[in-house]
Amino acid sequence: MTMSQQAAPAVTSPPASGPKERDGRTAQRSLVLRLLARPEVGVFLGAVAVFVFFFAMAPTFRSGSAMATVLYQSSTIGIMALPVALLMIGGEFDLSAGVAVITSALTASMVSFQLTMNVWVGVIVALVVSLAVGAFNGWMMVRTGLPSFLVTLGTFLGLQGINLAVTKLITGNVATDDISDMDGFGQAKAVFSSSFTVGGVQFKVTVLWWLFFAALATWVLLRTKYGNWIFAVGGNKDSARAVGVPVKFTKISLFMLVGFGAWFVGMHQLFSFNTVQSGEGVGQELIYIAAAVIGGCLLTGGYGSAIGPVFGAFMFGMVSQGIVYAGWNPDWFKAFLGVMLLGATLINLWVQKSATRR
Amino acid sequence: MTTADTGKNNDQAAAADRTPVVELRGTGKSYGNIRALHGVDLAVHPGKVTCVLGDNGAGKSTLIKIISGLHQHTEGEFLVDGEAVRFSTPREALDRGIATVYQDLATVPLMPVWRNFFLGSEMTKGPWPVRRLDIARMKKTADEELRNMGIVLDDLEQPIGTLSGGQRQCVAIARAVYFGARVLILDEPTAALGVKQSGVVLKYIAAARDRGLGVIFITHNPHHAYMVGDHFNVLRLGTLELSADRSEVSLEELTNHMAGGAELAALKHELAQVRGVDVEELPEAKDLQAPMAASSEGNS
Repeated sequence: MTMSQQAAPAVTSPPASGPKERDGRTAQRSLVLRLLARPEVGVFLGAVAVFVFFFAMAPTFRSGSAMATVLYQSSTIGIMALPVALLMIGGEFDLSAGVAVITSALTASMVSFQLTMNVWVGVIVALVVSLAVGAFNGWMMVRTGLPSFLVTLGTFLGLQGINLAVTKLITGNVATDDISDMDGFGQAKAVFSSSFTVGGVQFKVTVLWWLFFAALATWVLLRTKYGNWIFAVGGNKDSARAVGVPVKFTKISLFMLVGFGAWFVGMHQLFSFNTVQSGEGVGQELIYIAAAVIGGCLLTGGYGSAIGPVFGAFMFGMVSQGIVYAGWNPDWFKAFLGVMLLGATLINLWVQKSATRR
Repeated sequence: MTTADTGKNNDQAAAADRTPVVELRGTGKSYGNIRALHGVDLAVHPGKVTCVLGDNGAGKSTLIKIISGLHQHTEGEFLVDGEAVRFSTPREALDRGIATVYQDLATVPLMPVWRNFFLGSEMTKGPWPVRRLDIARMKKTADEELRNMGIVLDDLEQPIGTLSGGQRQCVAIARAVYFGARVLILDEPTAALGVKQSGVVLKYIAAARDRGLGVIFITHNPHHAYMVGDHFNVLRLGTLELSADRSEVSLEELTNHMAGGAELAALKHELAQVRGVDVEELPEAKDLQAPMAASSEGNS
């Protein structure tokens, strides 16, 4: 096939007009095609379509406050979808991401309540625990060479059991005690779960955090050494190792990044509801992964973006709220998600194929 | 040459010419009770292409693995710049200027050409918290380096996986040259390539040689070796069967050695019996009639 490509261009190649010598084999692709080759374009179009759909179907969807709710819903998924997406670009999964959020929230809540300390102590301990869970996942995977699917499936089941058992052991209940009257709660709530008003519409602060993290992740991914390494370890880890990329460090730190995300979302849940249900979080990990995949991240690693999962999460938020605003039975949500996931993946596939074909 | 230190002190320029960058003296390697390599002498000079030929299982891979730092030799000596060394990681070999271009282990297919070029040794700018890739400089450097090697690519943003096998190989060579390789080990760079692409790769081997690199060219194709080689080593069952300069050996002799002389004669004899023609005339016969059958016969 390559030979025929080489044979053809003598006829089609444009006259060398540029100051530099050109290969002449590749015609410059049009701007539209080059744009379509970006991983996030498919999901952007999908998000626009979903937006237009609900905008037309549900009159209440058009209000500012509805948009604020959608954005809030999106942000709680989106903040976690970012590190999950980076990890996926790095070639790995984390199935424990959903319950890890609850583990973090439970830790913070129980540490500060049981020891009657400032909530910030609990928050810091929870951060350490979350990073440790991530480091354990990464270390186990790197050390044993087992697929991350298996390792994190183990962590997922383990944490799920620990969440329930330890909570029951310590509080004698399935939920933690209310910590809203403890020292430092106000401060922590201001950071993780406050609101602000723009043009008469109240937005949650998580929306800002979400966009901030997305911008940061994009910068890291495209403009730093570390970002380069993420693509490399996901694309071909043997090649990456051969040219001197610290593969183990990159993988373990990516898992720890997911730990950080779980901590942040966990803290948000704790400080917005004051208490944590120990059985929650199961199934969320698949939502994060789905948001990343809808966002154009390749399941096998080495390809994707941080902007894509932002739109992926935004689509999730729109659908989950849009169904309510349209007055439909919210039970349809998951069915919608399934269709969306398949549809978005197919669109991505088609867009990439047609855009990268030469 | 045994006293490399004095050689360096006395006349550095002359010594640099004469002292091989990489030298093996009676080097061997055993894996347990299997002797993969035994008593191999090899010298790599700057600006010369040293070819290592051999059939499958002849010990070519073991030889590269020793030189590139993946394995350690168990007998004899391994000298770099006249100094005995023993590498425990590929990184150490890289630091001494010995770069290996593996056939498929060189690139990340989905990443752009320029990112692949600098992968693991990225250029950055700015202080720590905002230290970032110097993309403009990297692209410019990659483009210049590739052009210096005679590789012209329109778009450095295209994923390297969209390049042909030969082009990928060439990018890997250019990359090794840029990052200060003095010795370039090429592990069967033409094995999976078509005729045209092999020619392209051979051209870049010559280009690397002309830039003063010592090249170790590993191949099982004597024709490719003879096109660029200055010195030929033929490995057979773990030992050196032939070590000769270009002036001392002809392509035919090289092919004979490569195929194991007697074995080739036997093969000729066999073929002659079966087909009733001399082996040299096979191409004509193939062109005339039944091209498919003849070509598969000729290959086997």
